[in-house]
Amino acid sequence: MIEFVSPTLDYALLAPILIVLGGAVLGVLIEAFAPRKSRASSQLFITLATLVLSLVSLISVRDRSSSAAAMESVTFDGAGMLIQGSILLISIIAVFLLADQENFTALAAALPGSDEERASLQQDLRVTEVYPLTLFAIAGMMLFPVATDLITLFVALEVLSLPLYLLAGLSRRRRLMSQEAALKYFLLGAFASAFFLMGIAYLYGYSSSVTFAGIHSAVIGGSGNDIYLLLGIAFISIGLLFKVGAVPFHAWSPDVYQGAPTAVTALMAAATKVAAFGAMLRIFYVSFAEAYWQWRPAIIAIALITMVFGSLVAIAQRDVKRMLAYSSIAHAGFLLSGVIALSKSGLESSIFYLFAYGIATVGAFGIVTLVRDSAGEVTDLNRWSGLGKRSPWVATAFAGFLLAFAGIPLTSGFIGKFSIFSAAYESGSTAILITGVLSSAIAAFFYIRVIVLMFFKDPVEDGTSVVIPSIYTQITITLSAVATFALGIYPTPLINFIQSSAAFLR
Amino acid sequence: MNILSFLMLLPLIGTAFIALAPKTNVLLTKQIALVTTILVALVGIYMTISFDFNAKGFQFVESREWIPAFGIKYALGVDGIALVLILMSVLLTPIVVVAGWNESEGGRWSPKVFYSLLLVLETMIIGVFASTDVFLFYVFFEAMLVPVYFLIGGFGSGERAAAAVKFLLYSLFGGLLMLASIIGIYVMATRYGNRTFDITTLSQLHTVLTPMMENVLFLGFFIAFAIKAPLWPLHTWLPDAAKSATPGTSVLLLGVLDKVGTFGMIRYCLTLFPEASKTFTPMIITLAVISILYGAFLAIGAKDIKRLIAYTSISHFGFITMGIFAMTSQGMSGSTLYMFNHGFSTAALFLVAGFMITRRNSSTISDFGGLQRVTPIMAWSFFIAGLSSLALPGLSSFVSEFLVLVGTFTRYPVAAVIATFGIVLAALYILIPVQRALHGPTTPGNENLSDLTLREKIAIAPVIATIVVLGFYPSPLLNIINPASQTIISQQGFSDPAPTMSEGK
Repeated sequence: MIEFVSPTLDYALLAPILIVLGGAVLGVLIEAFAPRKSRASSQLFITLATLVLSLVSLISVRDRSSSAAAMESVTFDGAGMLIQGSILLISIIAVFLLADQENFTALAAALPGSDEERASLQQDLRVTEVYPLTLFAIAGMMLFPVATDLITLFVALEVLSLPLYLLAGLSRRRRLMSQEAALKYFLLGAFASAFFLMGIAYLYGYSSSVTFAGIHSAVIGGSGNDIYLLLGIAFISIGLLFKVGAVPFHAWSPDVYQGAPTAVTALMAAATKVAAFGAMLRIFYVSFAEAYWQWRPAIIAIALITMVFGSLVAIAQRDVKRMLAYSSIAHAGFLLSGVIALSKSGLESSIFYLFAYGIATVGAFGIVTLVRDSAGEVTDLNRWSGLGKRSPWVATAFAGFLLAFAGIPLTSGFIGKFSIFSAAYESGSTAILITGVLSSAIAAFFYIRVIVLMFFKDPVEDGTSVVIPSIYTQITITLSAVATFALGIYPTPLINFIQSSAAFLR
Repeated sequence: MNILSFLMLLPLIGTAFIALAPKTNVLLTKQIALVTTILVALVGIYMTISFDFNAKGFQFVESREWIPAFGIKYALGVDGIALVLILMSVLLTPIVVVAGWNESEGGRWSPKVFYSLLLVLETMIIGVFASTDVFLFYVFFEAMLVPVYFLIGGFGSGERAAAAVKFLLYSLFGGLLMLASIIGIYVMATRYGNRTFDITTLSQLHTVLTPMMENVLFLGFFIAFAIKAPLWPLHTWLPDAAKSATPGTSVLLLGVLDKVGTFGMIRYCLTLFPEASKTFTPMIITLAVISILYGAFLAIGAKDIKRLIAYTSISHFGFITMGIFAMTSQGMSGSTLYMFNHGFSTAALFLVAGFMITRRNSSTISDFGGLQRVTPIMAWSFFIAGLSSLALPGLSSFVSEFLVLVGTFTRYPVAAVIATFGIVLAALYILIPVQRALHGPTTPGNENLSDLTLREKIAIAPVIATIVVLGFYPSPLLNIINPASQTIISQQGFSDPAPTMSEGK
């Protein structure tokens, strides 16, 4: 007879995740019971309060670390909490973009172009489900990098993905494109999940354990069949590489970035990447560290291809959201250097880079939401020309984010790039250093081209107008711009903080 | 506060005042910029006076932790070479402000932007010469590109956007190669026990590097500096940038910013990688000689006056590079003095060219003609600037060119002899435009040109005075430079060759 052991849970450590989940459930209840008029404002309040509360509870337990918080299926350690903190901070900044309701469809269920849709627009309906959906996704993201057994990891992956599939289809304009993006994201995401599950099966077959620690000891013991380990690593990696958008598993990201409502794209590009890299770092550093000779060459190859491909293809993009998508692919390549480094400095620099990049990404997409014409956002780059003349501040902020992406000194991107490439080179990857630096040079080309368009070209006839940023969008952009430059000029406090606490508990 | 930090802070204070100034009051903005740059120049002069000629090593040293996790320090200090270049920069900036009094108007943006960029750039220029931490140097080296990029693209003329992009991409490419080398140095330093970017500590690193490693790291730095300098064949961005930028920006670009390249060769290539420097010297000397002749030939054929000046600079930078890699103390001192002098003679040429262009609304040489009769003061200024550029004895460039050639001759006689042809060509590329633009019959449309205004005279006079004074009496500068160049030569195991005449004894 199976003996049932009741689980012991450390609620204090789990609180940050539970609070977010609780906030999401509360949001669902509001959707059901609150009068339509008051929904938007109360949802925003609850979402923000939830995230802040979660952050506070995270700070209050920051000095604790334990792998026993939930029967070894999650591990709270310095690195995990830093990543959770990053996700929360980025989300808090990104949530203000959601508040700008112009981004979202009035009625998600209506067919594009149907009478129903028109009626919903006339009635001025507002979709407010986005808030609880976002909170669910954030909860998944927070669980993802601290999960230390494969089942929890998979659950976290789905919890973070499913709401994002839905959110991607809620764009107010260009409904068809948005729905196509959602479908594409869902199908390919499901595909990746399948690979991921298969990887889990192989790893279980290899180690007869689903916990990271169990796999780790099996790798050290070398008792299992190495073929299973290899296949397991390969399939798990495919699932994770899909989430981070590395070549050749990147195909979804330009379409989804373009089709999804920009506010969702911002969250997706920034926070999801942090979560996915967090999980990736953990599983590679904790479980597969001793098998590095098996996966390192493949991941190095993927990193190199991703950097070069992302930078090269971005040059050809004429749409600002697609360009940012390809740029984020290139950045995924840079970030893989941190995985390859497999060292303390690799972990620290990855966390710094993720945070810096995430913040700048939210800011950049925040600006994309502002450039509009009568039909909604204008993402065609040609029509961004002369933006600097009409709205100098918006253009300047965007240029600042682009310079950060390009890794120009005195922005956070430079410190991130420097530290992550140093870590990769320190661990012996000369190829990563050289390719990384050269593809940064390629990437600089298209960032600069956008700056030229905005500042040195004259506005086109059917030009765009920049809407006066709502207070919410202003908050997002200002916070991200300040953080981007502050981290570039004086990154020491953050680096010290990361150094003092970034470590994985095995 | 350390005087170097103060010097860097001053322009930023000026920028803050400009930001506060009302947008409509353009004059006030200009006045703030002028006062600030003059104050900076005065502090720079004061610093030069209080510099101790005889002391070795860096002076006015300041060092604070910046990013201790990576061993990065905010570390400043100057030796004779850096001091001379800082002095040149802070003296030229107020002149640029006066000469370009109206340049800031008519750009895409308001004069406030122009002067803010200019002042921020001045801070960065001082920083790039004063850094004694390799990382800090790199930060200024790269961050400097941004204000220059906007100065060219936002206030230039013609194909300014394309020129600005070309400038930025070339520089970024070089900068990123240097970043790879800097990461390499950092990792090597860490491996050998000292996690630091301090230039003095790192200059000992070459004793443990493998020759292969040293060569690769050297190339990363050298290519970046060769693009910046610019050395043939990496020079192609310069004529475009110089043609499109406003004359004032061009003065800063060619007179000051490009010196960062040759300065970097001395401070970083020679100091950090002496063996690799020796290995690559034949190649670099060859490139330098090609630059001297190539620049001169292109200058002779140039039809546009701004391009002409840019090409002459390519030739002059060939001399400077040759003098540096001759690795003799004479060559080194000559090159450093050359950098200073080139700053002033190019400034003179560009400023007068700027005056001519604003009057005629054209930069084609053949549009000028007979200026001697219509505008004698302007013509004379141009003439003196040109003579200085071709290194006529009695003008400042002569001493430096002479030192470079003598310094090179003791070790690379063939190169020195070929380079001497550069001087002959210089006579051609200066005298031909002088003859075309100043003498002969007055070209139609030039009859009513006005001569230099008081403001323009005020701008050009100190430049010409400096050129003449230093032509006759260069020793104050050489006194500052010589100890530093001897230190660099001897510290890294280079030695001055014995005079070859002794064989005849």
